[in-house]
Formats: sequence, C-alpha cells, structure tokens
Amino acid sequence: MTPTGASPDIWRRFSPRQTVIRTFWMIVIVFIVVWSLSNLDITWIYLLDAHIQAGDLLTRMFPPDWGYTGRIMDPLLETIHIATLGTVVTFVISIPLAFLSASNTTPNWVTWFIGRFILVSSRSINTVVWALMFVAIFGPGAMAGIWAITFRSIGFMGKLIAEAIEEIDNGPVEAIEATGAGRLKVLLIGVLPQVLPVILGTTIYRWDINIRESTVLGFVGAGGIGIELYSSINLFRWPEVAVMMTAIFIIVVISEFISAASRSRIT
Amino acid sequence: MSNSSVPDTVWKRPPAFITNPTVRMGAWVLLAAYLVWSVGSLDMDWERVARGLPRAGDMLARMFPPDFSRQSLLIRGVIESVQMAFAASFIGMILAIPLGLAAASNLAPRSVYLAARSLIVLSRTFHEILIAIFFVKIFGFGPLAGLLTLSVASVSFISKMIAEDIENMNMGQIEAIRATGASFSKLLIYAVQPQVLPRYLGVCIYRLDANIRHSTVVGIVGAGGIGATLSASFKRYDYDFSLAILLTIIALVFIGEIFSTWIRSRLR
Repeated sequence: MTPTGASPDIWRRFSPRQTVIRTFWMIVIVFIVVWSLSNLDITWIYLLDAHIQAGDLLTRMFPPDWGYTGRIMDPLLETIHIATLGTVVTFVISIPLAFLSASNTTPNWVTWFIGRFILVSSRSINTVVWALMFVAIFGPGAMAGIWAITFRSIGFMGKLIAEAIEEIDNGPVEAIEATGAGRLKVLLIGVLPQVLPVILGTTIYRWDINIRESTVLGFVGAGGIGIELYSSINLFRWPEVAVMMTAIFIIVVISEFISAASRSRIT
Repeated sequence: MSNSSVPDTVWKRPPAFITNPTVRMGAWVLLAAYLVWSVGSLDMDWERVARGLPRAGDMLARMFPPDFSRQSLLIRGVIESVQMAFAASFIGMILAIPLGLAAASNLAPRSVYLAARSLIVLSRTFHEILIAIFFVKIFGFGPLAGLLTLSVASVSFISKMIAEDIENMNMGQIEAIRATGASFSKLLIYAVQPQVLPRYLGVCIYRLDANIRHSTVVGIVGAGGIGATLSASFKRYDYDFSLAILLTIIALVFIGEIFSTWIRSRLR
C-alpha cells in the first residue's frame, strides 16, 4: 500500500490514488443526496414546530382509553389469523414453486424462468399493494388480507428455499436415482429432507414478519386491527390509538420472540 | 426401526423433526384444529368472495394493455419515490452511526446500551406504513412524511446491524489501540471503523434497496411518491394505469436489487 522507496514520515492509511477514489465516491453520494432533497417538494418550515405537534399528539394519547381493550380483541385475533393463514397457504404454494425455480430441480429452462419470474414479481410488490388489488377482487375483509400476505410471502420463501435447494449435497440424490426411483421420489426422499430445516425456519421467520405486515393491511381495507386503527386516527380518538399501538407492540414482540426461540431450536 | 435379522421389505423415511409419533400426530391435530377455528372465526362474506374470481378475471382483462400514456405523472411519482429513498438512506446512514455505537454492549455503558436498544426495538416493531400515518398527521401530506418514515426505518435497521457487528468484532485491536493511550474518538477511527466499515456499507446499500421498495407504498397513506398515484388509480378502476405503475415499480425494484447486489459483491 505504501509508496515504494523511502518510507513516508507520516503514516497514512490510504495511498493518494485510494484517497482520490474515496473522495470521488463521497462527492457522488453527497451530490445525489443534495439533488434528492432539493428536488423533493418539502415544506421545511413544517419541521420547525414538529416537536410541538408530536408532543401534542402524545399528550392527547394519554391517558390511554383502556376500556377500549375489550373491543379490539377480535380485530387483534383476526390480525393474527390473517398472518398465520397467509403463511400456511404460502407454505403450500412456495415449496413446489421453489423446486421449479431451483436450477438443479427444475425440468427445463422455461419452467425455471417462469418460477423465477413469479418469485421476482411477488417480492417486488409490497403486501399493501397486493392488498389493494385483492380488496378490489374479494371486497374488503380478511380474505383479501390472507391473499395479500400469501402473494408477498411466496417470493420471499420461494427464493430462500430455492437457494437452499441449489446448495444441497448431490450424493443422496444420486443414490436415490441409482435405485431407479422416479422423479417425484427423488425430490421427496433425496432433496426434501435436506432442505426441510430451511423450509421450516423460513416459514416461522416469515410468519413473524407477516404478523407485523398484517397490522397495517386494514388501512386499505384488508382486515385486521388496521381498520379500527385507521378509523380511530382519522376521527382523532387518540386514547384509543394508544391502546391499539400498545396491543400491536405486544403481539409483534411476542411473535418475534416465539419465532426466534423456535428457529434456534430447528437449526 | 426393527432390529430383527430380517429387514423390513418396505422402507419408511424416518421423521425429520419430531420423532415421537404421538407428539407428531398431536401437532398435526392441533394445526388442523387451529385452521378450522381460525377460518370459522374470520368474519367473511363468502358470497362476496365467491364473486371474486370472475372479478379477478375482469380486472386482469381491464389491466391489459398497460396504459403508459400518463407518463409525466408516472415519472414524477417514481422520481419522488427514488429521491425519498436516496435521501432517507443517507440520513439513516449518518444517524445510525451514533445509535449503532450506543447499542453495542461492548462499547457503550449499560444504561446507554439499554436506551438505544429499546429505541431500536420500538421503531422496528411498528410497520413503516403505521409510522408514515403518524408523520402525515404531524407534518401533513407530502414527501416530508415519507422521507422521515423511511429515515426512521433506516436508522433502526442500520444501527441494529452495526451494533451486532461491533459486538462481534475482534477485541484485540481495540486493546492494542487503547494501549497507545488513544482517546475514544481515535479508538473508533483506528480500531472500530476499519473492522466494521465494509459490512456497514453493505448494510447501507441493502437498506437503499429496501427503501426503494418501501418508498413505493408510503404514498398510499399520503406520504409522497408513486404510491398515492397507484392507490388513486385502483380507486378509480383505472386498472390499465395501475398495471403500468406496477410494472414500473417491478422494474425499479429489479434495477435497485441488481445495483445493490453488484455493489455489495464489489465491497467484499
């Protein structure tokens, strides 16, 4: 790194060339950020009284209307059901899809391409956008939420499972093939047991992400606690909002804990 | 299974996880019971759902061909989304450094560590869109709310990642620099920063990619970007325009992902 010849008097971490390259990238980053900030239609003056507004919001939330707790139990349960049922449906769909998208188990390049295309589109579209679509199809309610969760999760799980399938040990597969087993048997006995821990791990991980996602599905009408939360916010019933935020916090933290604990047992 | 001298003629694959058959059956029964209970308890209008499939067909039919004619609206929305993502990633990148240091148990005092960790947990728990609604209430409609939402999400994500990285770093170099009598800031620059910088940059780039994805939806609750246009097009049954927006989002996310993977592979 250091220039040849006489050793420099002062130690520097970077050679002049490295310094130039680093400075160049920093300037590029600053330029992009300045361009972005100056082009955005932002009324900066709003920032000035932000702390007053935020403080106002917080004081309006206290004391939380704990009497409201009984009324949110059903929507809260619905939120959990949407996340869980969505994850169950995803589990069923994503496994065959992962086999289709993994380069070593897919029948031919056309199926591989179809599989990959489904995975990429599923992941590119946010759960809430999927929810918008399914609300238009099924009408407002939990059904739209379940399908929104499913369509977003397929891409996530399918991708991770497909990657796991591509990294399996080929020995067992060849051994099963050598017995003259059919294609399906090879997948079931040679491949599936090797990726089962990954499948279960990603399912549980996605479940806890889905709990978090399903709390906001109601904003677009797709069921769960979000419906009540959005209407309370729009009606400025802040003490009720405080109760719901607490409830959401509790279920998300619990689900994250369950997910982390069970995943550490699997792997 | 059997230890007799004559092997079983039919081989059965041993169960992978739960070896106790009773427990395994119990798990399946519980799962089935849960499915029945949860589906039954959901308040669903089955008649409306049944009408869904023909409606889906109708919607698909009306989506094609995608209508790119309102280009200026589309491009303005997309650029606003991307700008929010860039600026928010930068803000997150800067603010995450102090918060990440404070959340590392091997550098920060216990009280600071706990405060920083609870801040991270609190902001990670709430979905971006939920945070966006609050910012819309505080700052009004527009990209400022979206920018701040994405910034909060970025700060908590990046600082959690660097805190973990700092906790896993090699303490030998810390001790070596400390032994020279260096101050805390020198310690950070010469012992901590070289060890965590590559991963920090990787996490920031990943977050930029994630922000691009999220910036397309915060608009649904009024926080700027293409999401508002998308949501409006759904409400007006302009499905062909919706598809045009969705295809643009997919392309944008795809480019972002390729860019992110490329940079991160070069950083390694």
